[in-house]
Amino acid sequence: MHELSIIESIVDIVLEEMPKHNLTKVTKVSLRIGDMRQVVPDAMQFGFEVVTKNTPLEDAELLIEHIPITGQCEKCKHEFLVKSWLDNCPRCEHPNIQIIAGKELEIAEFEGT
Amino acid sequence: MIAIKVPLVKNILEANDKISDLNKKFFDEKNVLVVNIMSSPGAGKTTLISNTINALKDEFKIGVIEGDIQSTYDAEKIAETGAQVVQINTGGACHLDGNMIRDTFDQLDFDNMDLLIVENVGNLVCPAEFQMGEDFKAMLLSIPEGDDKPLKYPLMFHESSVLLINKIDLLPYIECDVEKIKRESKKINPEIEIFEVSGKVGTGLVRWLNLLKEKIRQKNDPK
Repeated sequence: MHELSIIESIVDIVLEEMPKHNLTKVTKVSLRIGDMRQVVPDAMQFGFEVVTKNTPLEDAELLIEHIPITGQCEKCKHEFLVKSWLDNCPRCEHPNIQIIAGKELEIAEFEGT
Repeated sequence: MIAIKVPLVKNILEANDKISDLNKKFFDEKNVLVVNIMSSPGAGKTTLISNTINALKDEFKIGVIEGDIQSTYDAEKIAETGAQVVQINTGGACHLDGNMIRDTFDQLDFDNMDLLIVENVGNLVCPAEFQMGEDFKAMLLSIPEGDDKPLKYPLMFHESSVLLINKIDLLPYIECDVEKIKRESKKINPEIEIFEVSGKVGTGLVRWLNLLKEKIRQKNDPK
C-alpha cells in the first residue's frame, strides 16, 4: 500500500501551500501519475477519502491524469508509446529504449476557497 | 465563493527525496557505501546478506539495517555474524523511506563502517518508489518465484543496478527459464548487472562480492 504514503505526502504539500494563497478549504486536487508507478486508482480514491477526514481537504475531488509510458529509441531517437516491455523500436528495430515519460508522480494543481 | 486554482507541478515524493539527499550527503562524508536490497518476501535476502557479511567481514566493517513490518528474526540472524545491526519495524508500511533510515543514525557507528546494507521490506512493488540515500539498489529474484516477474514488476527491475537471480541451486527441480529472466530484465533496464547465485550454497557469489569490494574501495578513495 504505497498509495497511503503517497497520499500523506500530497496532503502535506497541499496543507503547506494553502496559506500562501489564502485558502482555507480545498475542493479539488489534480495529479499526474505515470503508468510505470503501479499506483492503483481505487486505492488512491479510498485512501484520499480516509486520510483527508477532518482536514481542510475533506470532500475534495481527486482527479488523476494517467501518463502513458513513452520510450525513445537509443539509436534513432524515435519516440513512441511503449505497449510491451519486449517491444523494439518500431522504426529501426533497435532493442534499447530509454523511458522518457511514464514515471511522473506529481500534483499538477489544486483548487480551493 | 469562486474557487481559486493553484498550479503547482510538484513531485509528490519531494519531501522523501530531500531527506534522502541529506542521508546521501551524510553517508558520503562518512565514506560508507550504502546498498539497498529489495525483493519479494522469502527470496533469500537475509541469507544472502548474512553470507555476504561472513565473506567480507575480515576485510571490511559492515553495518545492516533490517526492515520488516514486524518481528526481529532477521536482525537476530544478522547479529550472529557480528555485524552492527538495527531492526526497523515499519508497523505496516510496505517499504523503507528516507526518514526511517535517518532515525537509525544514532543507533549505528558510521565511523566504524565501510559498507551499510539495508534490507528493505519484502515486496516487489513499493520499495522501488522510495529513495533512502543509497549508492545503488540491488534486487533479488529467486527462481521459485517464476520467470514472469520482470514484466509483472517492471519498475523494480528498472530502478535496480544489480539483479541477483537467487536459489540457482534449485534449477534442476524447478521450471524456470533463467535466460528469459535475463533477457526481459535487460530489455527493461539495459544497464542492469545480472548474477546467478545461491546465497545459501555460495554458488556465483564471487562476482557479487567483487562488485561490492570494488565499490567500497571507490567510496573510500573517491580520487
